[in-house]
Amino acid sequence: MKSLSEIDTVSKRASRAVGFSWGICEEIGKNIRLLELFGLKGIKNLISYYKEKKKSKFNNLHDIKKKNKSLKYDFCPIIAGVSFLDQADSLKSIGEIKIEKLAYPILFLPFISRASEIIGKKIILKFDKQEFYLNLNQNIFSNILEDKMIKKTKLVSIKFIKNADSFSNKEWKHLYKLSENIFVEENENLKNKSAGAGLTDND
Amino acid sequence: MNISLRNPNQIMKLSKLGSFHQSKLSFLRSFLKEFKNWDYKRNLFKLDKSGFGTAIYSFKKEKRVYSLICFANKINENERSDRVIATKWDAAFTLFDGTPSNKDIKRLKNQVPKQEVGRLSYKELTLSRANKSIRIFEYVVNCLSNGRQPDINLLSKVGYLYRTTAVYGSGKFGLADRFRIKNRKEICGPFRLEMMLVYLVRQFTFDQVNHVAKKRNPKKSVILDPKICRRLGIGNSTGLGMAPFIVNHPTLLNNWIYAREKALKSIREMKKVKKKDADYFCDCLKKSLKNVKTWNTESNFQLKKIKTLRRDLNKFISYLENSFKFTVNFPFNCIYLWLEKNTNDECLEYIVSMMMEPFDHIVDPLIRKMSSDEDQYFNIPTQRTTNDLKKILEKRYSRILNIDFSKKENNQNFWFISKNKEEPRLADRFENSGSELEQPLAIARDIKKLYEKLNLLKFSIPVAKFLLIFSELRHVIRRAFIVEKFPYAEIQDNTISKDTVPIDMLRLKLSFFGALKFDPKSDKWLRICMFQGAPLPEQLKTFDDNWVYN
Repeated sequence: MKSLSEIDTVSKRASRAVGFSWGICEEIGKNIRLLELFGLKGIKNLISYYKEKKKSKFNNLHDIKKKNKSLKYDFCPIIAGVSFLDQADSLKSIGEIKIEKLAYPILFLPFISRASEIIGKKIILKFDKQEFYLNLNQNIFSNILEDKMIKKTKLVSIKFIKNADSFSNKEWKHLYKLSENIFVEENENLKNKSAGAGLTDND
Repeated sequence: MNISLRNPNQIMKLSKLGSFHQSKLSFLRSFLKEFKNWDYKRNLFKLDKSGFGTAIYSFKKEKRVYSLICFANKINENERSDRVIATKWDAAFTLFDGTPSNKDIKRLKNQVPKQEVGRLSYKELTLSRANKSIRIFEYVVNCLSNGRQPDINLLSKVGYLYRTTAVYGSGKFGLADRFRIKNRKEICGPFRLEMMLVYLVRQFTFDQVNHVAKKRNPKKSVILDPKICRRLGIGNSTGLGMAPFIVNHPTLLNNWIYAREKALKSIREMKKVKKKDADYFCDCLKKSLKNVKTWNTESNFQLKKIKTLRRDLNKFISYLENSFKFTVNFPFNCIYLWLEKNTNDECLEYIVSMMMEPFDHIVDPLIRKMSSDEDQYFNIPTQRTTNDLKKILEKRYSRILNIDFSKKENNQNFWFISKNKEEPRLADRFENSGSELEQPLAIARDIKKLYEKLNLLKFSIPVAKFLLIFSELRHVIRRAFIVEKFPYAEIQDNTISKDTVPIDMLRLKLSFFGALKFDPKSDKWLRICMFQGAPLPEQLKTFDDNWVYN
């Protein structure tokens, strides 16, 4: 079994060998490590993408907008990912972002997961029938379990989730009421002596 | 009195870092303190008459066990080499997490002796190999087998029976990743498990030499006197492999140096010092002179430094005895200011280390803060502006911004990874090929490049936008924001200059390990000794913390 440290280092070096700048290679190393840690096929996708990069062209998506369309080639998932990560703070107000024709979306995924942590918002990422719930880079929930490699996708949608409770106020009150059952009712004596402060708050 | 922390732009110069000495903060000393109450055991010792075979040593506390597994192998004389190109060693070691099963031992017997080309697993924590000292190992066996103790003067001169040539950890070759074990309280300090491996290897060398001597002459042989054992440590040959570590781990480097600087600041701020603490400091200082006097090297570079150190130490002791009284206010601040004015870096930093000796209450809490969760600081705050970035560079890299990289001598060398050994190397870019594959270790040059690009901007823009144009500078933009938070995270020098002395980088790291007697063999590798004078495992529970000077 390869250690995550080896995965990080070798991914970084291999990425430099295919021509990315050192700073971007550092990002890729961290990302592949993250994918493998979360049980996703980072190494397999990276190898496959680099093989394809030798013979095919990809477009670089630098400036991310609400709708992003590549006219000719698929977007490179790494440059698109780096751009998303760097611009996440200004993108979060957009609500939903769409990217058409993105290659190897799994390689794009960790950038979005990290962006979720940076901006402090959960993100839903969808492509084809796949759906990923990115939870502040603490974990990734997905509806796919199959091993199939996704080399390109027609449309990727990235939706920022408003920071909100997943339950109603009524449900919260119910739970809170239950929690009150462990509190002790204070009589006058306890009120005077148990808090530790003086009898008057005034100084 | 509020004393400022020392200026990182001065402290982080390579010549300064290359004058650091071991201290109470050093990892081998803090390791011994942490593990002093653990149960030590020799679990297995199955060597043949020549000393080849397998041995296991362990430290245990409650349910936690760490086991050193040693494999001693026969190699030909001409196969023994300290160089990283070696493929065979007298002994190979791994530190196992727990108690190894027979199946584990069988697996590791096949893998550990292969070192870099073997495969380890998440159950193993560190990996190392070592060679016998050809100067003394056989000599000691001969003496012991003939019923006499070896000449202590000769042994002290060498300092060890075995010399390691690499100690690996943190996920290398399949070893356990740091994240698997980072929450264990006993290994909260850096390199704890590497230190444990080296310490237990030291004991193996004594057991092996005694064993071989006994097998050679069962009736007449004696065991190596434990007092002599204590005077021996483990040698280490260190090359450039270590140098990039301190560039690649900026927050960790910061935390090491910050601990030292914080300790110094607190000690200088003490208005009154108790007599017992002052006496302890003086006692350690005087005893430590023995280490300086027995510091042997053939390196002119180091000899010059030792000569200056001896001269300055004599000057300082004379000042202490004749012109100084510990009853003054802020005595250690007075000492520090005197040293700054009257001695060189080598002596100043030696005394800074020594000042920590009496003050456990200052040093111990700092030891626990010397690790770093580096991932926390990896992301670039791209919403910040280029003006912010420029200000950081001007504040934190002021010396570096004055370097003229158009001059050949400032751009002379490049760092690369050797294809043969996957190890870092340094070469002259004007004489050797390969500079197009340069590693991102020329931080000073790239920071200067970043500054020049920032100067071209007419308006301040978000860093995210700047990165769209200058993606090739991403690695140093990341560093600049790290250095903003961690002022001691960066070497404030040019690591590719013609005048760079790479062993200064090694010495910095080794001083934090707790190494003594730096012995440079060139400007790119050196030998050191670790645990010389340290208590033996049986003595751990009652050991004296200033053993380094005894």
